[in-house]
Amino acid sequence: MRVGVLALQGDFAEHLATLARLNVEATEVRKVGDLAQVDALIIPGGESTTIGKLMARYGLDEAIRARAAQGMPIYGTCAGMILLAKHIEGSEQPRLGLMDITVRRNAFGRQIESFEADLLFRPTPERAVRGVFIRAPIVSQVGDEVDTLSELEGKIVAVQQGKLLATAFHPELTDDTRVHQYFLSLISGTL
Amino acid sequence: MLRGGVIMDVVNAEQARIAEEAGAVAVMALERVPADIRREGGVARMSDPRMIEEIMHAVTIPVMAKCRIGHFAEAMILEALGVDFIDESEVLTPADEEHHVNKHAFKTPFVCGARDLGEALRRIGEGAAMIRTKGEAGTGNIVEAVRHMRAIMKDIRRIHSAPEDELMAIAKQLQAPYDLVVEVHQTGRLPVPNFSAGGIATPADAALMMWLGAEAVFVGSGIFKASDPERRARAIVDAVTHYRDPEVLAEISKGLGEAMPSLDVRKLAEEELMAVRGW
Repeated sequence: MRVGVLALQGDFAEHLATLARLNVEATEVRKVGDLAQVDALIIPGGESTTIGKLMARYGLDEAIRARAAQGMPIYGTCAGMILLAKHIEGSEQPRLGLMDITVRRNAFGRQIESFEADLLFRPTPERAVRGVFIRAPIVSQVGDEVDTLSELEGKIVAVQQGKLLATAFHPELTDDTRVHQYFLSLISGTL
Repeated sequence: MLRGGVIMDVVNAEQARIAEEAGAVAVMALERVPADIRREGGVARMSDPRMIEEIMHAVTIPVMAKCRIGHFAEAMILEALGVDFIDESEVLTPADEEHHVNKHAFKTPFVCGARDLGEALRRIGEGAAMIRTKGEAGTGNIVEAVRHMRAIMKDIRRIHSAPEDELMAIAKQLQAPYDLVVEVHQTGRLPVPNFSAGGIATPADAALMMWLGAEAVFVGSGIFKASDPERRARAIVDAVTHYRDPEVLAEISKGLGEAMPSLDVRKLAEEELMAVRGW
């Protein structure tokens, strides 16, 4: 099993470090050719507008959609969640549009509103996950096929639709690897 | 979350939109780019808040703005405006020659310039959330940014490999907070993201700084003082993402037109240098 981390911009290095801690083979994805080498993809935090534009510029948007249609698992954090969403409130920015969700960008305010909070992440209920939120989005609406995995003060911050997983927070910035392990469990089911 | 990105100086909403369209990860809102500040002289201050707001409304990417070194009242105004980052910048005329802003007193994250590791750790000690090399802004000459990045990375490697019992002497020599020296010793990296600024004019310049250890780059005058800002902006964004891929760099570097007008740093008089402002 080899996991790709989209490395156009953002905190891809932290995801690679988390995967290394879990002894998973991981590689950076910057071009269409890199995508053929991986069984799953993580889309990191960063600037969703920037990452979306670069994906389109390099043809990675079409390539990722094609792999997703074949069942490749994808996990998006923060900007990655925005890029996975079908609908982005008030924005026409480029996106993958693979998950039947509506997201609200910067839902907790601009950079000044970055914070941390303990969350119940339903697949790992034994103890709380520390959620790091940085200019984070929320999910304002979900379609019928989408499961809500975590909420913060009534706002949806983690969702799953089949093999697609998205969190508004950044588990890769903490020492807790359980969210990544949950994502890996989705991959092993497909191999 | 700016890492692997390009932050571009813009002086109006139209330039901000061009920067966003090219794939900039953030924009720096200011009234004059460093090349113009250099040419026109006089006291360079924080920009008009109305102009900063217009830029904040024009784009969805983060907006930074500059305050003068030590001018905490300007910083308070920028925080009240809701800018995403404050750059306490040597490009503006310093307001305090002894003290930098106490950045712990702010919620808005700060980026600060540094020429070496001691200066970087002093700024982090004051609460800076990001460091950038100072380089020599407005020159289109990469030599100072390279000098500063090499100095920072060299001292990081030295501290990382030094025995623990030498760390206090190193802290004394660098005039840096001891705890931060210990942190660099343990992690082998700067405690905050390490960016590059000051003289980047081409995609190759941006790639060079990424190779030398920058996690993102600032381009000041280099884009909107060039003959074809749209193409150059896009090419520099591509260069930061693909800096390790010479074939991509060769392709995106073709036919970009004239780079910004440049200056030989060695011919600048001492009082014209910006990097020596602050300590």
